[in-house]
Amino acid sequence: MSITRDDVAHVAELARLAMTDEELDEMHGHFGAILEHFARLAAVDTEGVEPTFHPLVRRNVTRPDQIRPPMDRSKLLANAPSADDECFLAPQIMEDE
Amino acid sequence: MAANGDFSLLERPAHELAALLDSGEVSSAELTRLALERIEALEPSLKAFLTITPEQAREAAEAVDSARARSESPSPLAGVPIAIKDNMCVDGVACTCASKILESYRAVYDATVVERVKAAGMPIVGKTNMDEFAMGSSTENSAFYPTHNPWDTGKVPGGSSGGSAAAVAARQVPLALGSDTGGSIRQPASFCGVTGLKPTYGRVSRYGLVAYGSSLDQIGPLTTDCRDAALLTRVIAGADPRDTTCADVEVPDLAAALTGDIKGLRIGIIQELMTEGIDAEVRGAIGKAAEALEDLGASVGEATIPHIDYSLPVYYLIAPAEASSNLARFDGMRYGHRTDQKASGHIDMYSRTRSEGFGDEVKRRIMTGTYALSAGYYDAYYLKAQKVRTLLRRDFEAALEKFDILISPTAPMTAFGIGELVDDPIAMYMADICTFTVNLAGIPGLSVPCGFSEAGMPIGMQLVGRAFDEATILRAGEAYQEATDHHRRVPEITAKEGLS
Repeated sequence: MSITRDDVAHVAELARLAMTDEELDEMHGHFGAILEHFARLAAVDTEGVEPTFHPLVRRNVTRPDQIRPPMDRSKLLANAPSADDECFLAPQIMEDE
Repeated sequence: MAANGDFSLLERPAHELAALLDSGEVSSAELTRLALERIEALEPSLKAFLTITPEQAREAAEAVDSARARSESPSPLAGVPIAIKDNMCVDGVACTCASKILESYRAVYDATVVERVKAAGMPIVGKTNMDEFAMGSSTENSAFYPTHNPWDTGKVPGGSSGGSAAAVAARQVPLALGSDTGGSIRQPASFCGVTGLKPTYGRVSRYGLVAYGSSLDQIGPLTTDCRDAALLTRVIAGADPRDTTCADVEVPDLAAALTGDIKGLRIGIIQELMTEGIDAEVRGAIGKAAEALEDLGASVGEATIPHIDYSLPVYYLIAPAEASSNLARFDGMRYGHRTDQKASGHIDMYSRTRSEGFGDEVKRRIMTGTYALSAGYYDAYYLKAQKVRTLLRRDFEAALEKFDILISPTAPMTAFGIGELVDDPIAMYMADICTFTVNLAGIPGLSVPCGFSEAGMPIGMQLVGRAFDEATILRAGEAYQEATDHHRRVPEITAKEGLS
């Protein structure tokens, strides 16, 4: 399967990565090379083979739903690029009327 | 300054230091001071650390010394200093993952492994350098600076746990923690001539480890010998209610399993990893190591992993797919870098933030992973890779029925030059060709030094075992180390810098 430069631009959009033209060219080249490796998988007969999403078979793990003290809010907010005393501050997403 | 000869203490394995601490011949405060002085002396040449934490280390050392003075029975490694890879959280300390996007981030809690290391009385001297978000094989993908190999500072230490491997190799610190998604503990251990263990998937809690590939990531030790690896694994392993992938399987006394006796042990050499894609010098060293194991009473035969040729595409589909999902959390909202540019809406803000914050290799993997998971390609790529993974896993199961352990080179080559492979990502990926299949299968892998190239660079042998049977590969590794001295060799840099 080959991939066009426009496809790469679309993937960048999905991945939320803003890319310059130069970066898109470089990434397009990389995709070309790595897809050659991926294409080799098509030759493997996997008829009736179950996928391994986790290497070791595990059952679901549950625990009692108990109330525990949360992390300290001010400590968490201290890492935020923008915050007030209570909340993370995000950029405005609605246009002014 | 320390008196002459004092630094030689740091050249001893942690279990010997623990005995000296026990008998009162040395204090943790003294060992920690020596480690911090040696770090300071060698950092200009090595750059193994991103953050050094002298105050916390001294406090922890004093606390463990006074606990010992009160005759409280300490854990086996109490008082021995340790370094932590910079993708594990230490409360109040920077945790950058060697990425600009987390440059200003300070951890707000301890990772489970860090909590356990602290509870065991081990002073943390600092956070080690790595490839950004653990993506890389040379530590050159660090956003801050590359780490240099102590055996030749013009060469890479391997990666992604290159800082931890270099720090232990240069005896800046006797022990370090790394993480291994496709070989990131074992391959740098091989390049730097130290011992490194990737435990079984689920053996060690990943709570507080910044996630890369969630079905592959595992934390493990980098040490100077197998006994230390056994002791440190015991400290960090075991069930954790905060990580549901961490298995509720009993952790045996791994150090007690190191009997030195491997008579009758059935060892298989993985044939597919002894072909011409592997340096002749490396193959030669593995052949000699196999003979040494045979001399110790093991039987050695030929093992085969027929699908191993597909492990590169399988790994480079699954790991980036998981990474693209895990790294979606870096959006400039709650922590980390946020763009200063005026963005038109929040999606534009995310995109600019991530582009400024992530390095080239991280972007490559996010892109590959996003593509592999995107509509129309999921079945052909991601699902197909997970099916071939099943075949790989079955290959290992079959081989490990016939043999008790498997051996192979840890890496196809010795450490390469800084800058040599940076422009060829896929050639760089090949550096982990011997290791990532083990992560895909979820089983444990150990690397031990098994010789040196003509140029004087260390060569590593990988030992692979059955799930949750770290004890057998450690026993074989320890028996081998008792019979050889490759792991005792110390790079010249430790003598050069006016330290002894």
